[in-house]
This record gives sequence, structure tokens and C-alpha cells, in this order.
Amino acid sequence: MNLRHARLRLALVITAVLLLGAGSLGYVLHARDRERPAREAGASASFDLAEPGLYFRDAATGRVARRAASDGPSEPGGPSCDRFHAAGEHALCLRKLPGVPARTDALVLDRRLREIRRVTVPGIPNRARVSASGQLLSWTTFTTGDSYNTSAFSTRTSILDLRTGYLVKSMEQIPLTLDGARHHDSDVNYWGVSFADDDNRFYATVSTRGRTHLVEGDLRNWSARALRENAECPSLSPDGTRVAFKKKVSDEARAPWRLYVLDLATMREHPLAEPHSVDDQPAWLDAATVGYGLDGDIRSVSADGTGTPRLLVRGGSSPAYVSGPPR
Amino acid sequence: MYLAANGRPDAPPRTPGARRRVPAAVLALGAVSLVTDISSEMVTAVLPLYLVLGLGLSPLQFGFLDGMFNGATALVRLLGGRLADRGGRHKRVAGAGYLLSALSRLGLLLAGGATAGIAAALAADRLGKGIRTAPRDALISLSGPPETLGRSFGVHRAMDTTGALLGPLAAFAVLWATADAYDAVFAVSFCVGLLGVLLLAVYVQAAPAIPPTAAPTPAAASTAAPARPSRATALRDPAFRRILYAAALLGATTIGDAFLYLLLLRGLDLPPALFTLLPLGAAAGYLLLAVPAGRLADRYGRRPAFLLGHGALLCAYAVLLAPVSWPSVIAVLALLGVFYAGTDGVLMALAAPVLPAHGRAGGLALLQTGQALARLLGAAGFGAAWTFWGQRPALWAAALALAAALAAARRVLPRPAASPRTPTPEPS
Repeated sequence: MNLRHARLRLALVITAVLLLGAGSLGYVLHARDRERPAREAGASASFDLAEPGLYFRDAATGRVARRAASDGPSEPGGPSCDRFHAAGEHALCLRKLPGVPARTDALVLDRRLREIRRVTVPGIPNRARVSASGQLLSWTTFTTGDSYNTSAFSTRTSILDLRTGYLVKSMEQIPLTLDGARHHDSDVNYWGVSFADDDNRFYATVSTRGRTHLVEGDLRNWSARALRENAECPSLSPDGTRVAFKKKVSDEARAPWRLYVLDLATMREHPLAEPHSVDDQPAWLDAATVGYGLDGDIRSVSADGTGTPRLLVRGGSSPAYVSGPPR
Repeated sequence: MYLAANGRPDAPPRTPGARRRVPAAVLALGAVSLVTDISSEMVTAVLPLYLVLGLGLSPLQFGFLDGMFNGATALVRLLGGRLADRGGRHKRVAGAGYLLSALSRLGLLLAGGATAGIAAALAADRLGKGIRTAPRDALISLSGPPETLGRSFGVHRAMDTTGALLGPLAAFAVLWATADAYDAVFAVSFCVGLLGVLLLAVYVQAAPAIPPTAAPTPAAASTAAPARPSRATALRDPAFRRILYAAALLGATTIGDAFLYLLLLRGLDLPPALFTLLPLGAAAGYLLLAVPAGRLADRYGRRPAFLLGHGALLCAYAVLLAPVSWPSVIAVLALLGVFYAGTDGVLMALAAPVLPAHGRAGGLALLQTGQALARLLGAAGFGAAWTFWGQRPALWAAALALAAALAAARRVLPRPAASPRTPTPEPS
């Protein structure tokens, strides 16, 4: 090749570098303007938990919205959250912080959705639960070795007691009884806590040595014991007699889970009518109905195993039914 | 610019070893790989975060998607090699592979939240990666005199690894600047990938047209130059077959880096977060050692270099069998660096001169696929052994198997006498 060609090539490459660089920079700046305000929005002044209804995360805006009647319009205006739950006096809003390694802000909000406490934990937002009184809160994050080790995730679950202000950053060290014996292992992982009405008892999932168990825990005694195997993300019914959960029914990675309800008195379980695999912690919308996220929508199904699933909200997640002033 | 000004890079010099410069085409291909690896590692680094947080896929589903395509890459490679050999279309096939991978970022960008779209984009990326690898290595091997191939591959792999190290940094810079706009990472990755394709188009020459009868080595000439080269030509050559067997045998006794890192973390009871840093250490070692290892292999023989590289891996097993302490972390990472420097590019440099120019891409593809499948088998076997016997017995078994494979490979690997153009006689 001669010099003229070499110069031509160099000019071509420099032009391309400038064009592609400008394109990249433009896109980054555009994305920066687009993301910044939406991610940190608080609730608008008129939006609070006073009105009963279904509260959920609206996928289009990333903010919490409310639907008062089951076929009524959605009213946006809540804070922007990746995961949300509310009950009694308080709401819990998990918000991923930008950047790497992943960190999550757990925002504790009062009934007017004003922030009263903020805890920053490592990981990606996953589960959020508030006890019926609003005094106990729990959240789970996925923690991951972000870049090089791709598929290994572990969970980290915190419990916050607002009566004492005491925060358990990771409940991994809770003494665990498994098959009647104390269990010690470094691979113990908890997720998906659900509190009972007495603000002491709770249910959760523990995973260890490749198996998952439903555990019943006691906050005051700080202990947990496994009740049965293969029940994940428990959700205690309003009357405290049943637990809705997801059960691994297949080793096929595409569709491993189904929704079940377990009767705590008889320890018998029955499947719900949802035929699809659900990877969410179910939420009781009333004593007979369970809501859950599936494929980016919120659906509901009868808790007794009959009927057919219903589409509640298109483009929503984190359903929580708030029933007016606290008891 | 040096890249373009370096005359005719593909013409072997008349006096072997007199020229100390790396062929311009190799530098150009190295630059293409560097830029492309920045592009692809950007996506690799943020994909788990994006799928799980951005799209709400469960980690289990993500693992499934991730694993689904990994095996396919090895097989697509064979296709890329064959396509490239037909009429010497190395540059075009490699370019198509690079372009496909770059376009797959656009697919990720446009797929939005649709899992099927994401899966298709990932498949396109792996397809591109599989297709381009063998023609690219064949181009490197055809771009310089056979006696400096080790250095050429060393330079290329060092540049390639540099890109792989820069990619995650670039991705995290974008995420940080945009408050987690994953689409911005894909957009930037797309632009960088296009630049890689352009560099290839502008600075890399098509493979020099070598008539089948004028193949560079007697080994190749013995295959009688069929008009339609195929994989069978490479396999019919006894010297190539022996290299393939040795590489597969050694590959099957390799347990996979992840297990080594896991053993380190467990031995020292380190936080799992360090899992992300250990591969960086090994990659840095590879980066530093790739060029010197290639040069040494050119001077003292690629066969002993390849064997010594696996010897370094055996030493790493031995270090882990001893009580683990902080120095063992350094030692294992350094030994892994030596292992990759002594085996990755060196194997290509070892096999390339044996293969006829018109069947080179297919032959190299076969070799790479065979090695990759064998390593997959080795890692799976070690995982099973770990589960059934526990970690120490499994590691002992792996070490013994590797030692036995090394002894066997020493017998199987052809002596360099088969290649008269090697300038210096080899010890050993």
C-alpha cells in the first residue's frame, strides 16, 4: 500500500472514532438526564397511605401507584422504588443506588410517605415486608460478585424493629434448628420474611446445602427452626392460619415454581390455580385472595386453589393491599 | 502510523529471525481484538445485573440463559473455520463474526424487556464469537514467518487480554455516570464494537493467497492438496492428530479456574467478594507473560513451552494441596498466568505450521473446540469428584491425572523434527 492510502485509512479511522465517540457520549448524557430525576423521586404531597386500596410499583414510571377500586384507574405519585410494601404505620421502599458494586437503600416511610429512616445495604433489591402493625420491617437483597463470576448469587436479609430501633443487618447468624438439630454451615442463606400479628413470630426461607426450607422464627428468643422443605418466600395470611408460598416443582430452569398454600394447623398444602411459574413473594390482598407479580404484571388468584388467575394491574409489581387506618 | 507503514507484512522475510518486528497484520488484529473485547466485556460485566435487576429474571433463569449458549460457541467455531478455508475467506468470515457480535448489542438495546429478544441477542453474540475465532487465529498464523508465530500469538493475546480488563471498567464508568442506565452500556458497547469491525476492514489484509500446492510445510504437502479442503484434511495429518490428542488429554485434566479460586477463598476463609478480583490477578499475569512466553517458545521450542505451561498448572494444584496462606494466593495466580501464557497462544503457534494454509482455520478450529470440550469435561468431572469425595481427594485425583496426562502428552506430541523451518534445534 502507498502512503496516500495509509493517510486515507488513518483519516477514516479518526473520523469513525470521533463519530462513534460522539454518539456514545451523546447517548450517555441523554441517559444520565433521563435516569437521574426519576430514580430519586419522593412521594408527591397529596399521595399517602390514607386511602385504602392496592398499592404497587408502576413499571412505566418506577413509582408507587395506588388503585382504589379493582377496576378503577391507577393513581401514580408515590416515591420511586424498586420494591415496595406497606402495612399499618409504615411503608418500606427499596431503591437500588446507582453504580457498582450494587447497593440498596431501604427507606422507611410513615403513612404520609415521608422518610423517617434510611439504611444502606449491599446488593440488589429483592423482597420487602412490613408487619401488620407496621413496627417490624424486613428486606432481602441479592448480593453478587458483579462482573467476573456471573451466575452465583446469594441473599442477605435484614430485620428492623422500629419499637426499639434495633437493626439486624444480616439475619444469617440466627441459631437455626434443622431436622431437630442445631445446624451450622457457611452457606446458610435467608430470604422472604413474613411477620405474624404478634410482632414476634415470623416465617422465612432458608437455603443450605442445596435445599430450601420454610422456617418459623422467634424474634425475642432469636431462634429459627425449619418446618418443612421446599417452601420459598412465605406469606402469612391475615388470620395467621395459612402460608402462601412458591414451591419448586420442576428442575427445569425456565419454569421451576408454582404457588401453593400451606395450612399451618394440618401442615397440608394445596396448589393454587395459577398455571405459570411464579417467582415472587405472594401478598394476601384479603383473607381469600393472593396477589403476585408475573411477567411484569400483577395477578391475583383465589387462595383455596379454585377459580382462575386474574390480571389485576398491567405493568406493575410489589402488590400490597393497604386497608385504611392501622388497627 | 506504524500499523499501516510496515510494508508487506504477510511476506515471510528471507532471513529467518533477522526481523524483530511483529507483523503489522498481527498488531492490527490485536487492536481489533482489544477494541472488540472492551465491547464484549462491557456487556458481560453488566448483564447479570441488568437481567436480574432491570428485568426481574431470577438468578436461576439467568444461569440457564448463560449456560445455554456457552456450549454452542465451541461447535460454531468449527463452522467458522470451514467457511474461512473455502477460498481463503478468513477476513470476510472473521469480519462477519465481529459485525454480528457488534450488532447483537443493538439487539439488546432494542429487545427492551423481552426475554426472547435478549436470548436471541446473546445467541447472536456467541455465534459471532464462535465464527470469528478460528479465521482470526489463522490470519495471525498466515501473517508472519512460521518461526515467530509464538511471539505473534503472544502479542495478540496480550492485546486481547488488555481489552478484556478494560471492558468492565468502561461499563462501570458508564453505569456510574448514568445512574444505572444499562441501555447506555449497550449503546457504547455497540459503538466500540463497530470501531473494531472498522479497524479490521481498514487495517487487516485478507489472507495471502497461497496456492494449495505451495503449502508451507512438508506435513501439509503430504496431504496432496485437495481442491475442497475440509476438516478431514487436518485430521488425516498424523502430526496434527497428535497435537489434538495431547491438547484434549491435557484439557480433560484441567479443573477450571473457578474451582481454584474457590479453593483459595475457602482455604483462607476470604469474603466471596474477592472472587471478582482473583481472575483479574490471573489475567494480569497472563497479560505480562504472554509476549515473553511466546518469544521463549519460538526460541526453545513450543512443545516444551506447552508442556511447561501445564506443569505450572500442576504446581498450582500442588500449592493448593499444601496449607493455604496468603503467599499461596500470589503463587496460584502467578502460576495460572504462566499456564495461560504457556498454553493458549503457544498451542496455536505449535499447530499452525503443521496445517496447510488452505486448511488452517478449520484445523485450528478443530483444535480449539477439542480443547474447550475437553476442559468442560474436566471441570464437570472435578465438580462431581468434589461432590462425591470431598475437596482434598478430588484435588489429589486431579493432580495425579494431570501428571499422568503430562507424561502421556510428552510422548504423544510430535517432535519438532517434523518442521524443518524451526530455526534452532530444540533441547529436550
